[in-house]
Amino acid sequence: MAITKKQTEALAKQVFEYAPAPEAIDHVKVQPRYGLFIGGKMVAAHSKKRFPTINPATEKTLSEVVDADEVDVDRAVKAASKAFESWSHLSASRRARYLFRISRILQERSRELAVVETMDGGKPIKESRDVDIPLSAAHFFYYAGWADKLEWAFPNRKPRPLGVAGQVIPWNFPLLMLAWKIAPALAAGNTVVLKPAETTPLSALLFAEICMQADLPPGVVNIVTGAGKTGSLVVSHPDVKKVAFTGSTEVGKLIQRSIAGTGKKLTLELGGKAANIVFEDAPLDQAVEGIVNGIYFNQGHVCCAGSRLLVQESIAEPLLEKLKRRLSTLRLGDPLDKNTDIGAINSKAQLEKIQGLVESGIEEGAELYQPECAIPERGFWFPPTLFTNVSQSYRIAREEIFGPVLSVLTFRTPSEAVEKANNTPYGLSAGVWTDKGSRILWMAERMRAGVVWANTFNRFDPTSPFGGYKESGYGREGGIHGLMPYLDLN
Amino acid sequence: MDVRKTYKLFVNGEFVRSESGRAYRPNGGGVNVPRGSRKDLRDAVRAARTAFGAWAGRTAMNRGQILYRAAEMLDGRSAQFVELLGGGVRARRELDQSVETIVWYAGWTDKLPQVTGTVNPVAGPYFNFTIPEPTGVVGVVAPEDSPLLGLVRRIAPALCGGNVVVALASETRPLPALTLAEVLATSDVPAGVVNIISGQRKELVPWLASHMDVNAIDVAGCTDQEIKAVEESAASNVKRVIKIREEEMSPYLIAAFMEMKTVWHPIGV
Repeated sequence: MAITKKQTEALAKQVFEYAPAPEAIDHVKVQPRYGLFIGGKMVAAHSKKRFPTINPATEKTLSEVVDADEVDVDRAVKAASKAFESWSHLSASRRARYLFRISRILQERSRELAVVETMDGGKPIKESRDVDIPLSAAHFFYYAGWADKLEWAFPNRKPRPLGVAGQVIPWNFPLLMLAWKIAPALAAGNTVVLKPAETTPLSALLFAEICMQADLPPGVVNIVTGAGKTGSLVVSHPDVKKVAFTGSTEVGKLIQRSIAGTGKKLTLELGGKAANIVFEDAPLDQAVEGIVNGIYFNQGHVCCAGSRLLVQESIAEPLLEKLKRRLSTLRLGDPLDKNTDIGAINSKAQLEKIQGLVESGIEEGAELYQPECAIPERGFWFPPTLFTNVSQSYRIAREEIFGPVLSVLTFRTPSEAVEKANNTPYGLSAGVWTDKGSRILWMAERMRAGVVWANTFNRFDPTSPFGGYKESGYGREGGIHGLMPYLDLN
Repeated sequence: MDVRKTYKLFVNGEFVRSESGRAYRPNGGGVNVPRGSRKDLRDAVRAARTAFGAWAGRTAMNRGQILYRAAEMLDGRSAQFVELLGGGVRARRELDQSVETIVWYAGWTDKLPQVTGTVNPVAGPYFNFTIPEPTGVVGVVAPEDSPLLGLVRRIAPALCGGNVVVALASETRPLPALTLAEVLATSDVPAGVVNIISGQRKELVPWLASHMDVNAIDVAGCTDQEIKAVEESAASNVKRVIKIREEEMSPYLIAAFMEMKTVWHPIGV
């Protein structure tokens, strides 16, 4: 049954009113101050410097954490080095049991973790509840099983752990990135010093509590909080044998340069500017959902976000009409509300970066579209945004915005789509929407990107390797491939 | 009276003099060898980049056959190479091992994805698989001491996976590498897939390491000091720096020149 244009307009106006449905927070106990997790317990820091971690949706301080200094980092690395001697010699099946145990506790405490993640980072509770925390637990469960099966993973080799892994993670998926880093490192028999992001340290500190609850041997996991300086102390510590970093390409390059000649093993998971390509034969409604999930998931704070929409010219008009209508139904607001689609921007600095890039888009001549949407008075917010009339040379088409901002470009032929999609120094992910199977495989083969989502987007799984081509970094996290960076196979 | 050979660089399937017009005499010998310049290197990278798509797009079996053909050509010239390598048992062994290495990797082209690729059992209605793909333009710094085998041990696995190569020949003993170019030119390796430059390492390595269109650089032939400098320059475009012992022969080495690509598709009716 065809729907007339008038009817669609009427439908579009039909915005549902939702009663507030906030997730309870009374079961969560965030301490007013935290120390550092070193040698199996929370300890007072040497550094006297502290900084607040705030809720970006309210700008209220949640807690104060340590800005760890050289002495603190050295203590943490020493604790990890000491623990390595016994942990690496522990029978592999025992190692597995600790990881299984951690996974179970993550599941048991998932509600608490989800709330903390949302309060500290600003992401919608439905995302932390349904994506971040379950995937974190699944990641530990998956790698737990590998701990005593490493010889089966690498034929003709005797896999051995490397030593202390120094790991620095970003603020967009705080607990999930911790899981991506710690689970394979421990399964392989390494010990860890991890630095969570400056703006989102709380779930990592909760994880420290979970390590204690799991009776994980002291020093196997150490967590030091701080800003960029602390991170650079972790990666440059001479006793750290393996460095794993997820974050911006800019910082990734600095790290690659800084550890040159040290023999440290390095994996980098950096930025992206993914193309999400929609062909004229794609199921448009599904594609619209995929586009929305691709760029507005987690406020666009996603390194593999589908931030460049490439639409085949013949369907650009109807697709954009549907997309704009869908944007107007996205609910922006209290991240703790179970109905919220778009939460708070993680920090003031990030909000300013997004604003700056959006302004550059307007100045360079792109056409801005934002749905009408009430912005809360306090906190950091940015409405879902899309740009049409974008040229490939515009900054919004080249630079990673890391916000809910989509740049729309068009193409006519499949080879033009390939050309435009690959026209970037990044290569983390790509999306393809078409009903034609042979075209999916043809496109998937040509995308210079580590992950290709066909007729879907932003799917993650512990068994599925994730990582980039080109300046999006190297090494893989997840799957059997995710073990390799943590093992000496020579 | 001999008709002497003029040694040349091998760029884009052609034998060319250095654009700089310079030459040097390795070890003070009587042979002039082109002293490649930054421009020669950039020409080679451009040729390699242009050749990449078609080479990576060949079927695995076809790449295997082409590599095998190169082994045939090398073996056919064994007497010449043994002489270039200084003659005797050691030279003979180096030649034999070089042929064997190419044959070994020729057989890997259509097996690597079966050994290093995976189907991933994700928790949801999706078909999900991971396959190795070539990283692109690979720079190789050949070891000084085994001037033929050291180079072959890196070129063969890189080509096996579908990469294209810009190689720096041994500075002190470049003749086997430049003659290997003749083998490749008379086999079926397409133009630009392998490019070989001779010259001074201290002049060339920094440019190879910092070139923005080189995806990976193998440093088997570098000193520790050179490796540090290479790693620093490599950061400019997040180049992969491959540091695996020189004698390595394994699918792990092939995989070091590869990217893992994961593809998802929903399952449904």
